[in-house]
Amino acid sequence: MYPSTVRLLNILVPIKRCVDYAVKIRVNPQQTGIDLNVKHSMNPFDEIAVEEAVRIRERMKEKVSSIKVVTIGPPKSAETLRTALAMGADSAIHVELPESAPSPEPLGVAKALQAVIAREKEKGGVDLVIMGKQAIDDDAGQTGQILAGLLDWPQATFASKVDVDEANGVVNVAGEIDGGSQVLKCKLPLVVTTDLRLNEPRYASLPNIMKAKKKPIEKLSPADLRVDLTPRLETLKITEPPKRVGGGKARCVSNVDELIAKLKDAGLVTS
Amino acid sequence: MLRAAAHSVKQPGGLTASLCARRSLQNRWFSATRVTCAETAFPSLDSFSDEENMLRESVKRFAEEVVAPKVREMDENETMDPEIVKGLFEQGLMGIETSSAHGGAESSFTSAIIAIEELAKVDPSVSVLCDVHNTLVNTIFRKYGTQVQQEEWLPQLAESKVGSFCLSEPASGSDAFALQTRARKDGDDWLISGSKMWITNSAEAEVFLIFANIDPSKGYKGITCFVATKEMGVQIAKKEQKLGIRASSTCALSLDDVRVPAKNVIGGEGLGYKIAIEILNEGRIGIAAQMLGLAQGAFAKAVPYTYQRVQFGQPVGMFQGMSFQIANAALSIESARLLTYNAARRKEEGRSFVKEAAMAKLAASRVAQEVSGAAIEWAGGVGFTRETGIEKYWRDSKIGAIYEGTSNIQLQTIAKFIQKEYS
Repeated sequence: MYPSTVRLLNILVPIKRCVDYAVKIRVNPQQTGIDLNVKHSMNPFDEIAVEEAVRIRERMKEKVSSIKVVTIGPPKSAETLRTALAMGADSAIHVELPESAPSPEPLGVAKALQAVIAREKEKGGVDLVIMGKQAIDDDAGQTGQILAGLLDWPQATFASKVDVDEANGVVNVAGEIDGGSQVLKCKLPLVVTTDLRLNEPRYASLPNIMKAKKKPIEKLSPADLRVDLTPRLETLKITEPPKRVGGGKARCVSNVDELIAKLKDAGLVTS
Repeated sequence: MLRAAAHSVKQPGGLTASLCARRSLQNRWFSATRVTCAETAFPSLDSFSDEENMLRESVKRFAEEVVAPKVREMDENETMDPEIVKGLFEQGLMGIETSSAHGGAESSFTSAIIAIEELAKVDPSVSVLCDVHNTLVNTIFRKYGTQVQQEEWLPQLAESKVGSFCLSEPASGSDAFALQTRARKDGDDWLISGSKMWITNSAEAEVFLIFANIDPSKGYKGITCFVATKEMGVQIAKKEQKLGIRASSTCALSLDDVRVPAKNVIGGEGLGYKIAIEILNEGRIGIAAQMLGLAQGAFAKAVPYTYQRVQFGQPVGMFQGMSFQIANAALSIESARLLTYNAARRKEEGRSFVKEAAMAKLAASRVAQEVSGAAIEWAGGVGFTRETGIEKYWRDSKIGAIYEGTSNIQLQTIAKFIQKEYS
């Protein structure tokens, strides 16, 4: 048997610019959305994805041919791409939307990513997509799975460990599930979505920030990808949850019967 | 392009050229003909390039996640955690302006100022370590070192070795040129003897820039700058126990015929006084940034507390009296910020900045004292106890009026400019 040729890995990491996790979210006065005039940063799960790609390269060295990051968003999303480049990605693709365009939905994003991957076929293709399991603004948690479906690729979601076994041409992904943890042995090409405990992302060090300036960012439009990003859902209203009211006057109850009586009074227990 | 831009920024003079370079460095437009046209934009003072903003974010996260948990421990133990020093090196924060050929990040002076400010918001002790290393030690090598000296020392300073600036002595602080450390020639070497005092970073440092007089008969024109290492015999003597910035090591140095090769003279014999004056002007902006960060750190800790603490049925920060005090403090911080960043940009542009640097340092140190003191009062008892870390800022702020040129020296510097201008 001839040994299989060394396969060069091309990694694609889709990232999203979201409202920063530390911001106190406020609903806008029209109740159509949240106040977006606040600090934004890279989706934390996407940072973990970029970090994982960089770590895979640190382990596999030249066998990782390229790490590309891609984002779909307004002009400001370029900052997020720069941060990813400063963390160690080689190049970036910015599918630029106009400032006023509505935020794309998971299906639209997945279709755009599918088109990007098709475009990349001429340049060596994409073997591994690593992306965040969900974005902290919508918490949809769908894009990775839809993308895998569209591409007809295997998917390994909620990854807490990614182990590229180049000798056997598979990727072993440990994922967190309700009952504990499962390990999937996956063939390439593959879509992986990252979970919180996969790794701890590095800070972009100053020398890398300066190096990132020279790394290329390719600009595309949805038309270039022949993709329609019009949302299919219309948000009717967003309101804050009702303010929590303090407990009843008598917070202490002397026995279980009294407690049940109070709960019934509050309408929290029926029988 | 970046290297070329960096070079033109380094050369003083040639206002148009260096302005052009800086503008291109920071994605701004500049009309070379100076005709006002719609596209000419002179951005506001707190405008930063993308890289500078990214650096700010990065340092902020590093400071909040890595430094913050250790601040109290380091202060109580009066010791700098070596892990934090290592982290500073790993983040590239110890060679900010150093060229990439020498292992640095080849960034702007303002980038260094930003890093110092962000570190000071969390711990002014860590900030001063980074400040002295970058604005004093690194800059001396970059500006006055020969190519050989730069190649020998800058990479070490960018990668792993902390530097220290040794000018002050028991009998000479503000009157720096009255220094008494002597260097006498012995073959191809110099033997340096004397004592230095109030030396920041001395406990962590491996590279020491020592100012000694090679010919007292020439007065201050005999002062020469030497680079020495611990192996040459530099001894760290008494470590001071201080009111503030306790984690920053401040020690006396004992120099007893420390043998330094002639090639370790920086900038030429008898030119040490010039180096000292010029470098301290830049260092002043660094201290201004440290004090600015300190004031903001104290403010950011105390003000949210005042919006949570309820007395007499409302958050104390909402009482009109309190809100006026808070607004005044915010005003002070903003003015110190603009003074600091404008001085930094002037220096980058090659414009004169000595007066502006003195003003920035003076103002920022005053603001730091004022705001950190107010922060304690706003937080009440909680501000007075060491647990929340608010009182630490006040203790740390006092040094701002003292080191790298006392407040009276700053006033004198500013006054001299005014006298020249108005008489």
